[in-house]
Amino acid sequence: MYVAVKGGETAIANAHQLLADRRRGNRELPAIAIEQIVEQLALSVDRVMAEASLYDRSLAALAVKQSRGDLIEAIFLLRAYRTTLPRFGTSEPIDTARMQIERRVSATYKDLPGGQLLGPTFDYTHRLLDPDLLHDTPVEAPAGRTDADEPVMRVSEILAGEGLIEADGELPADHVAGDLTREPMEFPMTRDLRLQALARGDEGFLLALGYSTQRGYGRTHPFVGEIRIGLVDIELDVPELGFAVSLGEILVTECQMVNQFKGSAKASPQFTRGYGLVFGQSERKAMSMSLVDRALRTQEFGEDVVAPAQDEEFVISHCDNVQATGFVEHLKLPHYVDFQAELDLVRRMRAKHAQPHDHQEAAE
Amino acid sequence: MTALADYNFAYLDEQTKRMIRRAILKAIAIPGYQVPFASREMPMPYGWGTGGVQVTASILGPHDVLKVIDQGADDTTNAVSIRAFFQKVANVAVTTKTSEATIIQTRHRIPEETLGVNQVLVYQVPIPEPLRFLEPRETETRQMHALEEYGLMHVKLYEDIARHGRIATTYAYPVKVAGRYVMDPSPTPKFDNPKMNQSAALQLFGAGREKRIYAVPPYTDVVSLDFEDHPFEVQTFEKPCALCGARHVYLDEVVLDDKGGRMFVCSDTDFCETRREEGHRGEMLGDIKEAAE
Amino acid sequence: MVATATLLPGFADPVFDAQAVFRAAMDALARPGTIQQIGCPLTPPKGLCAASAALMLTLCDYDTPVYLSAALAQGVVPGWLGFHAGAKITSDKSTCAFAFFEKGSTLPAFGHFSQGTQDYPDRSTTIILEVASLEGGARLSLSGPGINGATEIAPLGLPATFLDQWRVNRALFPRGIDLILTCSNRLIGLPRTVNIKALEG
Repeated sequence: MYVAVKGGETAIANAHQLLADRRRGNRELPAIAIEQIVEQLALSVDRVMAEASLYDRSLAALAVKQSRGDLIEAIFLLRAYRTTLPRFGTSEPIDTARMQIERRVSATYKDLPGGQLLGPTFDYTHRLLDPDLLHDTPVEAPAGRTDADEPVMRVSEILAGEGLIEADGELPADHVAGDLTREPMEFPMTRDLRLQALARGDEGFLLALGYSTQRGYGRTHPFVGEIRIGLVDIELDVPELGFAVSLGEILVTECQMVNQFKGSAKASPQFTRGYGLVFGQSERKAMSMSLVDRALRTQEFGEDVVAPAQDEEFVISHCDNVQATGFVEHLKLPHYVDFQAELDLVRRMRAKHAQPHDHQEAAE
Repeated sequence: MTALADYNFAYLDEQTKRMIRRAILKAIAIPGYQVPFASREMPMPYGWGTGGVQVTASILGPHDVLKVIDQGADDTTNAVSIRAFFQKVANVAVTTKTSEATIIQTRHRIPEETLGVNQVLVYQVPIPEPLRFLEPRETETRQMHALEEYGLMHVKLYEDIARHGRIATTYAYPVKVAGRYVMDPSPTPKFDNPKMNQSAALQLFGAGREKRIYAVPPYTDVVSLDFEDHPFEVQTFEKPCALCGARHVYLDEVVLDDKGGRMFVCSDTDFCETRREEGHRGEMLGDIKEAAE
Repeated sequence: MVATATLLPGFADPVFDAQAVFRAAMDALARPGTIQQIGCPLTPPKGLCAASAALMLTLCDYDTPVYLSAALAQGVVPGWLGFHAGAKITSDKSTCAFAFFEKGSTLPAFGHFSQGTQDYPDRSTTIILEVASLEGGARLSLSGPGINGATEIAPLGLPATFLDQWRVNRALFPRGIDLILTCSNRLIGLPRTVNIKALEG
């Protein structure tokens, strides 16, 4: 059987060679460059960075290329790389109030300080295939803003002024933000860990769960208080220096969902919030995340858990697409030993089933 | 672009190994109890042995000889892949001979050959919680283990008897370890359960996706759950292995043609090969005519 | 003080030495009563034997609060441990992951250390106790998981109340502390599952 072992190795090597061939495709066409993926498939890159929880556009683009455009595979590649990286420290919390806004919309106010900024959105485009994109048709430079660096107040602050909305969540002063990639998971979770799980969670899964809350499976009466997309500073506190230094900027999408709340024995009526924050530009993910975040706070508000989106163990245990795809796809691994055991059992049970049945017929 | 780093010996960084090693020591101290650990994302898919690989990577040293099996066989593709992984990241000696291995990583089987005191058996585990299919909630099952409340499991097995006249669990058959914790032996056929009892080898279990490590120390009682009137029994095969003639071993059914032709051969490829080297012959290798009939 | 401590090196080969020491510790706890040996050369800081020091470097890090006996806490060990392992020293016995005691020090009652909880019995302290010798003391019979029938050890220099304390610890199962006895470059593991009885003579 040693030959067979070699055979398995050869089969795997051949399969990987074939994969490399298919990945490259027609050699007469130029190979796609990482820079092209970064620039022209930026939203794929964003999704990979977000769900891999590693902000590096070039590596994410490499993963997209290596995975032939399969984004879950790309997320997997980037995560497996992320695991091996040493941790130097924890950055200061990013301050989205100081974001350099590229897009900012609110559904709760017609106009508001800082204004509504549509930014680079698919919204209001007519979904007609564009023949211009078949060629490298020149694209005009966009109109710029003059006040781009002005901080823009958050919608939540407007509501907070009247005490109409709950304050930012508070954790105990000695609480250290958790990291579920470095610590064992435990239920029930604190909200920071839950938000981390959702931020890494599969966009499609969260979208479907968020959607289900709108259709009555754990209704939360949501309004988009605000969505903002833009660059924020990452700062690291350096004890030796005694102050925080900027490490650079990252693009993030933040969604604050405002939810009606009638009050309960524990809390007076006020608006509550669901929160979504995602690397890159991904409004769909940030909105879905904020819907699910609010749904998962059900117990916190003394409400009953009646729908899947409100069930913490269910949502958190199943939102990770790398885990999910691995376990679903592991079914294609050989299971013949267990299947043999089942075969044997079913044969015996069928044999036994046949006997009393015949007996009964004879008696009748 | 960021330079892609070199990997540490056995892939995992030292801090991760320390974390897993601490979990292994506690697992040994509490036989059958599932120790939560911060499972890492591995460069292979969840469900494909990431738990077993993390355990092996944390115990493996330069003097070890590694054997990897899947379904009892060294030549199944995932076994080949995991063995190649360790050859690449740890440059470790590998073998297909059960007796030569110091660490055996397995999926779904325990080798037929009795394991010795200098061996560690590392199981890949998909769902470590034996109560999971009776109670999907971790918060609930943790309570059941804490209170040693295993009535639900007995009810399930008893319902089997009521409905089918026998316990209808053929693999991942639950066991009680050292008289305390009910444990999932991983999806090995129940045929292998008796081999876990009072084994001279240390048995370690890794579940990567579910983030649990557990252990059965050597010389520890491992009892398959049963009832007085329905005692635990293992699968039996009517014929010996068609290649080596072995009896009382676990056999795979191999379909020979589209006319119902079948043969049964050892699932443990090393065991079968060794017996054939020793001159044993099953019916397929002996009297060809007889086998064709 | 710290400067002197950091002059002492840790493992010559941090990867392979830690692996070898871990395997010794794993075998010690998996096979209670067997005497395992630390193979790699290591110059321990003052107050620790080689085995205790090697276990420290192998198992402790930033994630594990470490409790040190009064004498160890005042010596060079904290600096050495901080430099090589980045471990935090704690004075709280009830939350420490590891506790180290040198030969002849007063061992507090096991009940002061973390016992784990019924839900998470793994969250208990592992105590590393250096004794005068792993042999030549009163004979103790061991049985339980990891032991084929029964075996014997005879460590010298255990606290007088040891057997009573161990009986209490054993009865807490699945909670309880785990113990590693060290001397020079050797160790014996006593996980909480072990039954220990005194033998005559």
